[in-house]
Amino acid sequence: MKKRLLALSMAMIMAAGTLAGCEGNTGASTTTETTTTESGSGSTTTEAEPTKAPELDTTVEAEDISTEEEGKVLNIYCWNEEFKSRLTDHYPGYTEVDATHGKIGDIDVVWNITPNENNAYQDNLDQTLLKQDSAAADDKIDLFLVEADYALKYVDTDYTLPVTDLGISLSELSTQYKYTQDVMTSSDGKLKGLSWQGCPGVLIYSREAAKAVLGSDDPATVQEAVKDWDTYKATAADVKKAGYYMTATVNDTFRTFSNNVSTPWVSADKKIQIDDNIKKWVDDTKEMFDAGYIKSSDALWSDAWSSGFYPDGKVFCYFGPAWMINFSMAADTEGSIANLGQWGATEGPQGFFWGGTWICAANGTDNKATVADIMRKLTVDKDIMMDIVKADSDFVNNQPAMEEAATNDDYAFAVLGGQNPLAMFANGAKAISLDKITSYDQGCNEEFQNAMKDYFDGTVDYDTALNNFYDKITTKYPALSK
Amino acid sequence: MNKKKSVVSYNKWGYIFLIPFAVVFVIFQLIPLINTVKNSFFESYRDGLTIIGPNWVGLKNYFKLFSEGNILKYFKNTMIMWIMGFVPQIILSLLFAAWFSDPSLRLKCQRFFKTVIYLPNLIMASAFSMLFFTLFSTVGPVNDILMKIGIFKEAYDFMAHTGSVRFLVALMNCLMWFGNTTILLLAGMMGIDTSLFEAAEVDGATANQVFWKITLPILKPILIYVMITSLIGGLQMFDVPQILTNGKGSPNNTSTTLIMCLNNHLYSKNYGMGGALSVVLFVITGILSVIVFKFNGTEDKYGKA
Repeated sequence: MKKRLLALSMAMIMAAGTLAGCEGNTGASTTTETTTTESGSGSTTTEAEPTKAPELDTTVEAEDISTEEEGKVLNIYCWNEEFKSRLTDHYPGYTEVDATHGKIGDIDVVWNITPNENNAYQDNLDQTLLKQDSAAADDKIDLFLVEADYALKYVDTDYTLPVTDLGISLSELSTQYKYTQDVMTSSDGKLKGLSWQGCPGVLIYSREAAKAVLGSDDPATVQEAVKDWDTYKATAADVKKAGYYMTATVNDTFRTFSNNVSTPWVSADKKIQIDDNIKKWVDDTKEMFDAGYIKSSDALWSDAWSSGFYPDGKVFCYFGPAWMINFSMAADTEGSIANLGQWGATEGPQGFFWGGTWICAANGTDNKATVADIMRKLTVDKDIMMDIVKADSDFVNNQPAMEEAATNDDYAFAVLGGQNPLAMFANGAKAISLDKITSYDQGCNEEFQNAMKDYFDGTVDYDTALNNFYDKITTKYPALSK
Repeated sequence: MNKKKSVVSYNKWGYIFLIPFAVVFVIFQLIPLINTVKNSFFESYRDGLTIIGPNWVGLKNYFKLFSEGNILKYFKNTMIMWIMGFVPQIILSLLFAAWFSDPSLRLKCQRFFKTVIYLPNLIMASAFSMLFFTLFSTVGPVNDILMKIGIFKEAYDFMAHTGSVRFLVALMNCLMWFGNTTILLLAGMMGIDTSLFEAAEVDGATANQVFWKITLPILKPILIYVMITSLIGGLQMFDVPQILTNGKGSPNNTSTTLIMCLNNHLYSKNYGMGGALSVVLFVITGILSVIVFKFNGTEDKYGKA
């Protein structure tokens, strides 16, 4: 018996060892991380100030970097193919080598693409940034992209370089929309990143469904039917009668509510707050989902969500910015509504924005000139930007050019059946304010949608769903509390 | 004198042969294990790019785990899903093993079937759950078929109901592991002296009696082994529910397992809470293993020949 017990305990230690293995390996790397980040951590204390409104310090002069030597490898971190295709198609001198490699002159471009979901991209990026100091010159990140949901996390740290350090003077950037610079301005007034696009969102409706329900696919008629949330709900009833669903998933309308909040997700003392408008989204959506106006309670990017990209999906509308219409709605697939040019666009019940990609230079880059040139070409150069509008139906970050193109039929979107939505986007872009964003937004938005799915499905009541949200979010961000 | 020396040198070889294992064990298992326990007493995580800790907090992580976390719920989920999968798994395996090892049945193509039932185990668990996720999605083929033959009026959302999600997880675990268990039990059954069966037959025992009175008792050591390994595997259940529910443990966290919870803590590199959870899991595993062991071991005193 004793021998057996001994054998059993040995077996258990072995089993526990395997269990602890993954834990321990990562545990070992903590020590190195702590030592390498001491320099960076000091400046991050003000990071989560949610209602910061730093003024851009316009007196900063651009540095002269013409004498600095360029590194041989340009490492780019991003979460999807969008930026890569922009660079491939529009950046002069970029040649593609294979799926993850390219060349600019004799510099090798290395792409590191990690999907965004569940903070995977941020985690991967953070891991590498924390080792930036000790990495070899060719392994250091040179350029990375951030989204509005977590831009603040990087802006107020030393991991991003001010654009003036790259030799870009602020006077060059006068054509950009102001909000795109406000987000990326650190608390000491330095501009830390530039974007080539603006992301005001619109309501994208199926022309076929609009004809069936409203008798016309004219944007003005549709706008009248969705002009505020009450009218929107009333229209949803008609949409259902005609055999369509108002939206594909419960989360489609989320951004229109979450962008019009009066309190940020996280308060200055790191407490999680549920804004009234977020609660309104829950109530409205529950009501509409129970009434059968919404097709599915699945997440965005799911099969159920994308089923409405095709006529058989019977979805009346989507909410999204310019990049979504072209990049995400299966425009290249034969038979999709986008491919047939059968979408229409109108302002919708409320203005909102979604996403937006900023180019940041990583501190420690040895390719300052190349990064600066990419920034200049994609975010300032009018010709290249107008090419992007034409080729990719994106809304670019160039106010005068966009206002000019808004009245020019050459820039009509094929996916919208020849409608030119740029005027709508241009109006939206001017109204965007990002003063309610925090660095925890991606997790909060994602986990909130996940938790509410159970409530919409009727599995749990609202309070339980809310508690599940608190549980998940405090696990994901241990610094936050209820 | 000479004799004594030779004995010592023989012993020495025993220790020398143990060195590779001992070194690997200490470096890759014992030290991480001790580190895990150590981590559980510290507050240590990342807030954005800021590293918090490690700060000594004593047992605070453990208190937090039990007061704020849903650890008991996750433990319950894990056990429910394990039992739901293990019970049919052991029954199926016993049945197949008994059939395969019974010479009087003269089963054909035994090798083929043994291979086939083992095959699901060769597929990566994540690929297997992706497959199930696609099969059972609201727009997937299972719903399509069930709607076409008129069982459902509208698509049933398998991923939105506690019962169906747990059923799918249990089904997958059962399918993946019953082949493995069958092979183990079969090996045990083949090892039983055939003269015992013959003697039983001569005494007029029915097939049922042979199975319950001879095969099972002799098979007990193997059964205990199967149960304990499966229990430990079950407590560490992760990949199947993680992929099937996309890491969410939906609905209402009823399919979140302990290791999925651990995984969630590691997004923020929260080694403190992660360590505490691992230690708790280690203790639970220990207790349950002892229970299984004792429960199956007591009869030995009487049953021994």
